[in-house]
Amino acid sequence: MLLVARRLVQALLILLGVAAITFVLLYALPADPARMIAGRSATAQTVANIRHELGLDQPLLMQFWHYLSNLLSGNLGRSYAQKTDVWTLIAARLPATLTLMAAGIFVEVLLGLTLGTIAAIRRGGFVDRLVMMASFVGTSAPQFLVALLLLYLLAVTLGWFPMSGFGGFSHVVLPGVTLGLCGAGWYARMVRSAMIDVLNQDYVRTARAKGLSSRRVILRHALPNAILPIIAMIGIDIGQFMGGVVVVEAVYGWPGIGQLAWQAIQQVDIPIIMGVTLTSALAIVIGNLLADLIAPIVDPRIRTR
Amino acid sequence: MRVLKEMLRQPSAVFGLLVVVTVIVLAIAAPWIAPFDPDNQMFDGLTLEGAPMPPGGQFLLGTDTLGRDLFSRLLYGARTSLVIGLVANGIAVAIGLLVGIVAGYLRGFASSVLMRFTDLMMAFPALLLAIVLAALLRPSLWIVAMVIALVNWVQVARIIYTETRALSERDFIMAERSLGAGHFRVLFLHILPHLVPTAIVWGTLGIATTVLLEATLSFLGIGVQPPQPSWGNIIFESQSYFQAAPWLVFVPGFVILLTALSFNLVGDALRDILDPTQRGRN
Repeated sequence: MLLVARRLVQALLILLGVAAITFVLLYALPADPARMIAGRSATAQTVANIRHELGLDQPLLMQFWHYLSNLLSGNLGRSYAQKTDVWTLIAARLPATLTLMAAGIFVEVLLGLTLGTIAAIRRGGFVDRLVMMASFVGTSAPQFLVALLLLYLLAVTLGWFPMSGFGGFSHVVLPGVTLGLCGAGWYARMVRSAMIDVLNQDYVRTARAKGLSSRRVILRHALPNAILPIIAMIGIDIGQFMGGVVVVEAVYGWPGIGQLAWQAIQQVDIPIIMGVTLTSALAIVIGNLLADLIAPIVDPRIRTR
Repeated sequence: MRVLKEMLRQPSAVFGLLVVVTVIVLAIAAPWIAPFDPDNQMFDGLTLEGAPMPPGGQFLLGTDTLGRDLFSRLLYGARTSLVIGLVANGIAVAIGLLVGIVAGYLRGFASSVLMRFTDLMMAFPALLLAIVLAALLRPSLWIVAMVIALVNWVQVARIIYTETRALSERDFIMAERSLGAGHFRVLFLHILPHLVPTAIVWGTLGIATTVLLEATLSFLGIGVQPPQPSWGNIIFESQSYFQAAPWLVFVPGFVILLTALSFNLVGDALRDILDPTQRGRN
């Protein structure tokens, strides 16, 4: 219980730090939101008025204090460009973002677990080398290349999937597979090295000696013990996918949080940029926390450590 | 020498090394090899309808939407990518080393402040941070390099921290301290040399990450700005045209993939060779 409380306090401090750094960075950067809103031809007076209205003429600490006190009452502020509550804008994007996140994680875990396990069993052989090479290629491929390649082959040429947009199951396949292919290499390597460690353990030898079938040894005895690092990786991915799939969302016209952030960045819409960064940091913290809490349930050995 | 010998025994490392050396040579020799001026928008570089020329014929890899020779732009783009790779990654490794060493060697308040700060950076959505910084600052080659360095040093710092921690517990460091050596001497003469292999490994692996990140920023239009060619902005400039001229997207795309892959393969082989604790795991 004490541990959980400590982790929660740590998480809060980290979020506060992220908020402070983002705030200072956005304040220090040369882009001027008031000038963006007023337009190129506006007079200096108009720009000054807008700056005053938004409270941008106040000292940095005052601005940050205002932002934090609003934040405590659950208010992320209002978008400069869209004149809407930032949280409403983010919440509207959540279904699309969560769908894509689920699809991406599903594909990368499925591919990573299968390939990593096969490579570990066939350690040193041809299949192992092939899987390792493929995982290197996957982690070295720029997301936009995979996205455009899938788009070109499966949507433009073969017409199996829609080019872009959000809707039925067919829309999520290409963006989900793109995220999955780019992430699966890390999972495959992690699973492989965890499996190799586990397969050398005494209890696996015992299970084999008992005469259990090879399939049963791997699926029932080895795999559950090799799955721990995967849980931590999923925790990290939850956070990363929450704020940062800008590229994939841009290529497929996916209306997620990444797209919202990208539009906001181009319009210097600071409240939205702050909101998305904080949401994403919150997801990273929650993802890590969840992974830490789930780990002892999956692996009772951790509880005693 | 030993390192090179061991590397030559692994086919994948040999492949990576060959590609890396080729890319470096081509980048350096670009002015002599490039058949055309990379920025020259040639009249005969477009078809009569104004479309880019497909690969083959006069233009080896075809031309882009403005009638510039793609092969020449790729050669010069290699310079951009490698310069950013070296500069950004050099800065990232330097910051990572400094923070990691100081936090790992010193105990107490300074150490925990530094490490809490890296924890904080780990919770930052890295790509988003890079995109925000690159977009709001006026993008140029050096800004892009700085942004990438700012995002990438964290991992190096954490690894160096752990290693320094372990090293400073070792007997030979204790002995040196008890002989009256100052902190400065211990850090730079006795601890730093042991961290060089790690720095080399992460320096190499980091170039792959850097090349990918630069390409991603340029692909979004906030990296290196045209007309200066970079592999990412070649794709950015022609992506709306990619159904009609797919080679303009896929040729630079595969060059990026191949380069990142090769740096990863070399870095991974280096890690196996330089870090004995990793041996036997692969």
